Amino acid sequence: MAARHPLGKYGLRFAALGYLTLLLMVPVGMIFYRAFEHGAGTAWDSVTTPDALHALYLTVVMVAIAVPANTVFGVGCALLLVRTNFRGKALLNALIDIPFAVSPVVIGLSLILVYGSTGWFGSYLIDNGVQVIFAVPGMVLATIFVSLPFVVREVVPVLQEIGDEQEQAARTLGASGWQTFRRVTLPAIRWGVTYGVVLATARALGEFGAVAVVSGHISGQTETIPLWVWHQFQNFNSTGAYAGSLVLALLALITLFAMNVSKRKESSA
Amino acid sequence: MSALSGTRAEAPPRVVSWPRLGGATLGRGLVTAYISLMVLIPLAALTAKSAEGGMGAFWTAITNPEAIAALKLTLIASLIVVAINAVMGTTIAWVLVRDSFPGKGFVNSLIDLPFALPTIVAGITLLALYGPKSPVGIDVAYTRIAVVMALLFVTLPFVVRAVQPTLLELDREMEEAAASLGARPLTVFRRIVLPSLSPAIISGVALAFARSIGEFGSLGLLSGNIPYKTEVASVFIFGQVESGTTASAAAVSVLLLCVALVMLLLIGLVSRWSLRHGR
Repeated sequence: MAARHPLGKYGLRFAALGYLTLLLMVPVGMIFYRAFEHGAGTAWDSVTTPDALHALYLTVVMVAIAVPANTVFGVGCALLLVRTNFRGKALLNALIDIPFAVSPVVIGLSLILVYGSTGWFGSYLIDNGVQVIFAVPGMVLATIFVSLPFVVREVVPVLQEIGDEQEQAARTLGASGWQTFRRVTLPAIRWGVTYGVVLATARALGEFGAVAVVSGHISGQTETIPLWVWHQFQNFNSTGAYAGSLVLALLALITLFAMNVSKRKESSA
Repeated sequence: MSALSGTRAEAPPRVVSWPRLGGATLGRGLVTAYISLMVLIPLAALTAKSAEGGMGAFWTAITNPEAIAALKLTLIASLIVVAINAVMGTTIAWVLVRDSFPGKGFVNSLIDLPFALPTIVAGITLLALYGPKSPVGIDVAYTRIAVVMALLFVTLPFVVRAVQPTLLELDREMEEAAASLGARPLTVFRRIVLPSLSPAIISGVALAFARSIGEFGSLGLLSGNIPYKTEVASVFIFGQVESGTTASAAAVSVLLLCVALVMLLLIGLVSRWSLRHGR
């Protein structure tokens, strides 16, 4: 139908591409321009200060803890949801999506109310020398919270689609539960898991709101890259802010590439 | 699920207990413990805090004029944003599925960029282009237009990615039949295509709405957070937390949480409805 009305076809194409250009492509392109406005050397120097490098290190720590934890949980939880029946399954299924729906700031506040100095567990933990809020552990908890659903949500449909005939065959032939999982289930779901891991990593790298609330944003101690970028912006160090944004944007582009690869592998598997 | 239990009944009992009963029980316990510790206990603490001073204190907190202004802006901006998303998201999905032009694959993979890009970067990118030092001479920084733009940026993929698969599966024979019977393109779209797409559009819109009312990172820089003017609910909560008034922050948070949960419920209902009524 569109082919018979070239005007409508080009009109729609123009509208869609124009919208994407103005909202997405040009603004993202601007970061490159602004970051290198005063030369590549200045940009490089601004993101290699000790505080910036510490922020980078802390961001890696967040990802290195939150993503593996959520991956193990995600695969296990998806197996339970698809392969077993139990009371409260619908409730568990609904709970998984909560981190997608809750504001990051609300997540941060909730963690303060549990682990802060006047929180439920906070006074006990502080008495025993464990500081969670305004320290790295709280930031890790916030990162885990926001990136929790990704792996579950990507693995559940894959498990449903592959069915359990192969697993049953393996079990009939005498494989143990672990062997069945490692040799039959895991190879079948691996691209779904990869896709979920990529999404969770992207979120963990870039989380700002939840981490900002619980971190206390102390330079060189509790700043991840997004917090550092924010701080530079507040201090009118715009070259630093844009160069830091560029680092994050490049990570996002790598993520995007990984998303496309794992999605293609998943649909061709 | 019914197909699964069908195969279960035929297979010998030893095989079906996958994973073994002990493993499943242990797994269930671990999963429940993890999600309780990470998600449920914090949200319970939030709810308890908001109810600490009783109904009166809760009501005072959410009817504080600054809170009301922030909530009103959040809701109105989110409604504008999802309305634009419904139209533009469907248009983009349509162009990506039915049209073909060089670079389509590139544009298609670019749609997910707002999901991959940290929200703080989203705010900075928009500020770089449409802020005080704008190279194109448009300065909307620290206005309500900036709030809407930031929300449009971060919610862009939801409707597109919800509509695309439905549109791909749609049978084109009906459209061709309608067109051959003399229906104009717009009529075909409104009477044939739109009814099939509406569940997908609604669930995309609900996700975008839930995201909009909670968005924080991209708004912090771009909106300037001016109370009564550009301060949205999540920024208001952030301010309350920073100044130590956690009880009123918790009350507004619970309100936001409830709206978000209603959205999740709506998505569940729509997807169940569209499953039952076929496509």
